[in-house]
Amino acid sequence: MPLDIKSGTIELAHGSGGRAMSQLIDQLFLPAFNNKYLNQKNDQALVTIPGQRIVIATDSHVVSPLFFPGGDIGSLSVHGTINDVVMSGAKPLFLTAGFILEEGFPLAELQRIVLSMAEAAKNCQTPIVTGDTKVVEKGHGDGVYINTTGIGVVSNGLSLSPTNIQAGDKILISGTIGDHGTTILASRQNMNFCSDLVSDSQALHDLVSVMVEAVPNIRCMRDPTRGGLGATLNELSQSAKVGMMLDETAIPVKETVTAITELLGLDPMYMANEGKLVCICPPQHSKSLLAVMRSHLKGREAAIIGEVIEDEHQFVLLKTGFGGKRIIDWRYSDPLPRIC
Amino acid sequence: MKYVNEFRDGKKAEQLAKLIATEAKPEREYRLMEFCGGHTHTIFRYGIDDLLPSNIKMLHGPGCPVCVLPMKRIDAAIELALSPNNILCSYGDMLRIPGRARMSLQKAKSKGADVRMIYSPAEVITIAENEPDKKIIFFAVGFETTTPPTAVVLDQAIKSGLKNLFVFCNHVLTPPAITGILEPAKQKNITLLDGLIGPGHVSVVTGTLPYEKLANTYQTPITITGFEPLDILQSIYMLIKQINAGTCRVENQYTRAVNIQGNTKAQALMSKYFELRDSFEWRGLGEMPYSAIKIKSKYAHLDAEKHFTLVERTGTDNKACECPAVLTGQKSPTACKLFNNPCTPENPLGSCMVSSEGACAAYYTYRRNIKIKNVDSTNNQLRSANKHAS
Repeated sequence: MPLDIKSGTIELAHGSGGRAMSQLIDQLFLPAFNNKYLNQKNDQALVTIPGQRIVIATDSHVVSPLFFPGGDIGSLSVHGTINDVVMSGAKPLFLTAGFILEEGFPLAELQRIVLSMAEAAKNCQTPIVTGDTKVVEKGHGDGVYINTTGIGVVSNGLSLSPTNIQAGDKILISGTIGDHGTTILASRQNMNFCSDLVSDSQALHDLVSVMVEAVPNIRCMRDPTRGGLGATLNELSQSAKVGMMLDETAIPVKETVTAITELLGLDPMYMANEGKLVCICPPQHSKSLLAVMRSHLKGREAAIIGEVIEDEHQFVLLKTGFGGKRIIDWRYSDPLPRIC
Repeated sequence: MKYVNEFRDGKKAEQLAKLIATEAKPEREYRLMEFCGGHTHTIFRYGIDDLLPSNIKMLHGPGCPVCVLPMKRIDAAIELALSPNNILCSYGDMLRIPGRARMSLQKAKSKGADVRMIYSPAEVITIAENEPDKKIIFFAVGFETTTPPTAVVLDQAIKSGLKNLFVFCNHVLTPPAITGILEPAKQKNITLLDGLIGPGHVSVVTGTLPYEKLANTYQTPITITGFEPLDILQSIYMLIKQINAGTCRVENQYTRAVNIQGNTKAQALMSKYFELRDSFEWRGLGEMPYSAIKIKSKYAHLDAEKHFTLVERTGTDNKACECPAVLTGQKSPTACKLFNNPCTPENPLGSCMVSSEGACAAYYTYRRNIKIKNVDSTNNQLRSANKHAS
């Protein structure tokens, strides 16, 4: 019996392991993800991995709203995990996907999400080779949650890690900060912002590939997702037991992001990114690396934003455009808008 | 960004800083207080005090609405939120404020309370319309800046005939708070401040008139000031000039937003719905007469304090907490024994650590301990590298 994708909804039966679940897999997931591993319909995928240094990353995706300007939970769940894999310098090979669906969720929306996921995976040449679906009762989920796991291989000679970071190294960012977090905030139901802002959600495998080829001794890379650039740099500082000094005027921020965060009393430094990377590299290679990044479509607005320094407190510091200095603190949780 | 970048221009800041350094007499100290938490936030966020001569001391005032709300009012809000049929609507930065026994609205939410973070009070009306079977309570907090929007909520609730909307009014007034700081010093015959950086957004509503009496009574120059970093630097320059000239006038630096009369429409709406309280407790400052407002008895059916039975508990602050001295400009946050250990923004023990506008939170977040060499040379090199690559 064909699924009524146009007007049907997710039912508990779709997670029961019976025929309903099989229909959902055969008619919605398989045609979208379509690859030889998944099409075997085993509980696992048997794959061959060339080389020996394997990277595995997993990420669960919960986002509200599910569809936002510049992406949706489907593409985001691919980009997020691919980016976690490639920050090691790896080439991504395979993805897995686990869905938690809420009873009553429209099949048409699920298909839209799954097709978007499939397209994102195809664009990264990384097939989704195995998966799982569960259904929770209505009211026990938020429509769709997606977990993805990615597997990749790192070529010999590459060893990216925060422990490589040394005082004097340069800090680079691949583009404007805060686009994703601000887009999500602005597209929530109770916000009446009209803006042309879109999420930066994108996979960075190709940018990373040209970067590690040009400068194999990059110290470390990380994608500043939740918590934004502020949290990521603090994590790196603490892992490497160093300080950092940033130049506020060098950090690229879109005018719309500045405007929206300004209105809400928030700081772009702590807003999430889903298609940007931070890179630390030895000072002598920073200019050539910057040139390589800027010549790539996904790094056109890359900039050197600061320098690693010796600091017993392991603070991330900022020289403000106004001429003063301050700490970029590691926030305890999400920033909350201020009253006035 | 237009209307923002102009007020954050590093070159203009440098020029103003030079003017200030020339005007400030090296043989004396200038003690200036910024009243508003918004000013405190700007000073730290842009590192304004790095641009000032060392004999200009910035003291941080009590103008952080979140910081001055006493614990018992937070407890009452939490209690209202925990009641099964209620929805409590609150501004974002109230959610983490600790009440009694380390409880907060955010923790209440995780225990099942329906707490909604709102960006605009207009949302409260929509929620009340969409949830006719629930009681919607607006946790109204703030100085004269946020009071008119609360009056609009009351106005709209009446016009739409909403029976399920209540306002828990905690609005406080600025002039009594300034009196609360300057009067004790006057009685002891000491000069606490040489000048006051007066409220910006509050003054958009009130106008500059209410400050004339304060400047005169306490012989303190006051400059009504905007919230951009250049506004604050210019205001400091204006105050230093007044102090040197020995004048005590109210001056308006924030002319693009503030006039003498203020927003008379907002004032009329406030007078329609609110009246003075005889007394109100401020966290850190204690009871102050006529320092807050309540909903007029004519509109008691919209007043959460009248509709619900609120148990007043006496939650007390940590005894070692120096917030009262910090809020009144007598001590710096770092002089408090609790600062940074154990009192932090994650674990705030005193009122000044709870909001990002509180002086202690601003110190913790932006300053803690900055001793870095060769900043300028590092950043000049960066600029040249980026320029070279573009």
